[in-house]
Amino acid sequence: MQIDLAVKNVTKKFKDFIAVNNVSFEVPDGSFFSILGPSGCGKTTLLRMIAGLTEPTEGAIEIRGESMLGIAPNKRPVNLIFQHLALFPMMNVAENIAFGLRRRRENKTAIKTKVQKILERVDLAGFGQKKTDQLSGGQRQRVAIARCLVLEPTVLLLDEPLGALDLKLREQMKVELKKLQAKVGTTFVYITHDQSEALVMSDHVAVMNQGVYEQIDTPQNLYSNPKTPFVARFVGDNNSWCGRIRECQDDNAEIETDEGAVFRTKIRKPLPPGAAVDLFLRPEAMLIQPDASLSALNRFEVVVKDILFDGANSRLLAHPPNTDTELLIALPQNRQYDYIKKDDKIEIGWDAQSGVCFPHTHGKRKKSEKQEIA
Amino acid sequence: MKNQKRWVLWFFLSPVLLWLVLLIVLPQIDLLTMSFHVENDDGRMVWSFANYLTFFQEPIYWLTFVRTAVYSILVTFLTFIIALPIAFYITKVAAPKFQGFLMMLLLLPFWVSELVRVYGWMILLRESGVINHFLIKLGLLNKPVEMLYNDATMIMGLVYTSMLFMVIPIVSVLESLDNSLIEAAYDLGADMWSILVKIIIPHAIPGIVSGSIVVFMLTLGNYLTPNLMGGKNSLWFTEQIYNQFIASFNWNQGAAFGFLLLVLSSLVIWIGLKLTKQNLKKVVQ
Amino acid sequence: MIRTLPTSKTYNWCFKTYVILYFTFLFAPLLITCILAFNDSQFPSLPWKGFTVDWFTANLPERVGIFHDQINLDSIWVSFQVAFFVAILATTVGTLGAFLFEQEDFRFKQLLYFMMLAPLVIPGVILGISLLLFSNTLGLYFETRWNLDVELFRPGFWLVVLGQFSFIATLVTLVVAARLKKFDRTLEEAALNLGANRFEVIWHITLKFLSPAIIGAAAVAFLMSFENFNTTLFLVGHEATLPINLYLQVRDGSTPVINAISFLLIVGTSLLAMANLYFSKKEEE
Repeated sequence: MQIDLAVKNVTKKFKDFIAVNNVSFEVPDGSFFSILGPSGCGKTTLLRMIAGLTEPTEGAIEIRGESMLGIAPNKRPVNLIFQHLALFPMMNVAENIAFGLRRRRENKTAIKTKVQKILERVDLAGFGQKKTDQLSGGQRQRVAIARCLVLEPTVLLLDEPLGALDLKLREQMKVELKKLQAKVGTTFVYITHDQSEALVMSDHVAVMNQGVYEQIDTPQNLYSNPKTPFVARFVGDNNSWCGRIRECQDDNAEIETDEGAVFRTKIRKPLPPGAAVDLFLRPEAMLIQPDASLSALNRFEVVVKDILFDGANSRLLAHPPNTDTELLIALPQNRQYDYIKKDDKIEIGWDAQSGVCFPHTHGKRKKSEKQEIA
Repeated sequence: MKNQKRWVLWFFLSPVLLWLVLLIVLPQIDLLTMSFHVENDDGRMVWSFANYLTFFQEPIYWLTFVRTAVYSILVTFLTFIIALPIAFYITKVAAPKFQGFLMMLLLLPFWVSELVRVYGWMILLRESGVINHFLIKLGLLNKPVEMLYNDATMIMGLVYTSMLFMVIPIVSVLESLDNSLIEAAYDLGADMWSILVKIIIPHAIPGIVSGSIVVFMLTLGNYLTPNLMGGKNSLWFTEQIYNQFIASFNWNQGAAFGFLLLVLSSLVIWIGLKLTKQNLKKVVQ
Repeated sequence: MIRTLPTSKTYNWCFKTYVILYFTFLFAPLLITCILAFNDSQFPSLPWKGFTVDWFTANLPERVGIFHDQINLDSIWVSFQVAFFVAILATTVGTLGAFLFEQEDFRFKQLLYFMMLAPLVIPGVILGISLLLFSNTLGLYFETRWNLDVELFRPGFWLVVLGQFSFIATLVTLVVAARLKKFDRTLEEAALNLGANRFEVIWHITLKFLSPAIIGAAAVAFLMSFENFNTTLFLVGHEATLPINLYLQVRDGSTPVINAISFLLIVGTSLLAMANLYFSKKEEE
């Protein structure tokens, strides 16, 4: 498989601040690659370096094996979709799309046919003479994409282009973008802070935090097998406990939480007994009132504090008796659990395979410290 | 890429530097050095304070100077008093559909040359002028009165001439004043006076200051209006400069006067900015 | 108080009267000037002796209309030429200046910015005399050093152009810079990303965006130059500009020809002003 984009040990410093710290990754031809991270994690800086709008302090960027160092942004085979699209308001749709072709001094008839073709491809045939401000949010989006795709770039960079859209349209555009990428086959590098965008569209996602990569993986693996506590917390919702190892065998461990509950769970790396750990558990991994016949489950009791109704995404907000650890528990809307009311005591069960456990890191200790004081 | 950036910088910088150095900085320096030179008995130029001594020793010069300064401040103040209600009316009271029209009416007279406007006042006010004609027809006067060539008329002319430069900045700051602030103050029981003093004027300060600076500057440096509307006794300092340059051909004396006027205008503007805690950069925007 | 609040009848009535008086004050001199341009009388004053267009078209020994008045026609033509060159120069340099101060970074930028603002606080008269002195100094230097007589350094057409340009360029810079401030720089990056070089970016994107401001600024520069009196007064040579020429005539007595010229000026500038306003409105939509 051909590698379209390779980023090798790239570092960017702004005075004392390190925006991107020694980042490396490769994007294969024709894939949809996302960089996911909270705002300020350095993902925009990384994208601007690939586009050539910012120079890296150290490291190399290669496109199809060619080094891009010192090459001006207007000479690179990458195009960028800006966060606010940056459609030229002084030009109509067709002129916007033809802009890059004109700069290449292509002949007029060729430009005209190419513009025609790309407009059809993004379902905007007949919109050529419209002003950019006469378009809807989704149409503007597609013009911005067409404007780049018509230049047939090796890599298309997208800088949170859905951020400015309203929720409904965003959901719709997610699907559309993925379909479009499959249709044109261009390599997409997409950055976003919205995990759902990254998970839905991408072949591979790189999770970035404070200038470094935490994990690069498929969306499924990121969700089910996070490699770091940050990924576990950032990708999808998660419940967490602080506790200590009681016993550890290979990738199975028995853990006592700071509140005194004992759980069996899988662990990424064996740890000695007594080591402090963080345990993560997805809301949908918890079964409400599990059948008594399921013997292998971790079981414990909780008190329902509130019912957070949100359609298919409804949750129970609950806590184990006499503690203030808050847990989110998925509440399937199949009417099976309609009897559950506020302040009810219910039993929860979960499979040892669905938990994930990391050595304790600082910053999340607060909850247990509070308990110790109490 | 670095080289290209330098090239672009010099492309923008060089014409601006040429303009500012050759047409502003060096001429001002030349003005200053000229003002410290006099011709000695051999006809050579020598360094001297004589030009400035003359200024302080001849009452006619420094009296004109003081008069010009005081009248300019008075004109600025009067312009402000007249302009504020107009700006307020246009931005806050007039129906929105008339606003554009009123603004256009406001702007129009000032697109016309100052000379034409002063000339208009002259044919209105002079002894054989239009106002005298009507007053006699109505029987209010027996014989025509000369209304031109006195200080009051001159001040009115100066106010008229610089009115726009006060109204426009105040209009633009008042436009940015949220109506709900006035409504809230009203709702909380404030009367008109306290709304004006506590809400409107504090918000409008930047506009008032920038308007005042421009009006003061233009009034101080005006030549036409005092010359054509003022009387024999209402000499303006710019006329003194003109006399030195064109009539007496004493350029060194004229340069000293010019420099004094420059110092006066910078000083008053600086004090004005300090008193209102504004700075020039902010006021310009 | 304001239009959204209930107000008393007296308050409204007082305010309206004030506004009407203000606009009367604003337009009275201009209207009278225009009306008297058509009075069939040797003097620009009442009583009304009947309608005539003699002061525009006549070519009689005792009445020469403006269309046959060679001196005035010449001065109009001179003013046109001066204004044309000033507008071109000031717009070019002012636009470059706006780019310089908004988009480039260099040492002493603050200092240069304040130098650029200086013409706002230097009275026009001072700009005129300092340039006169400086050009004279340069002229003397060239003559004694190389025995060269440079026409440019003597009062005349090009010195007038330079003198007016020196402060009009500041206004253009400020107007264009204000517009440039609103420019979204990601548009430039987008163009760069789509393969344009720096020059193409400026030409196709930035200047397109600025064009309404640049055209507006050029129109204002033209008008300001056309009407300038203070700076021109000291720099003018044999070819008098229209304001200088009119001033000399007004000072020494007046004929309705001046009213005729004023009428043409008022109509002309109003048309230009309205066109400008119309285009800027259209741009906003």
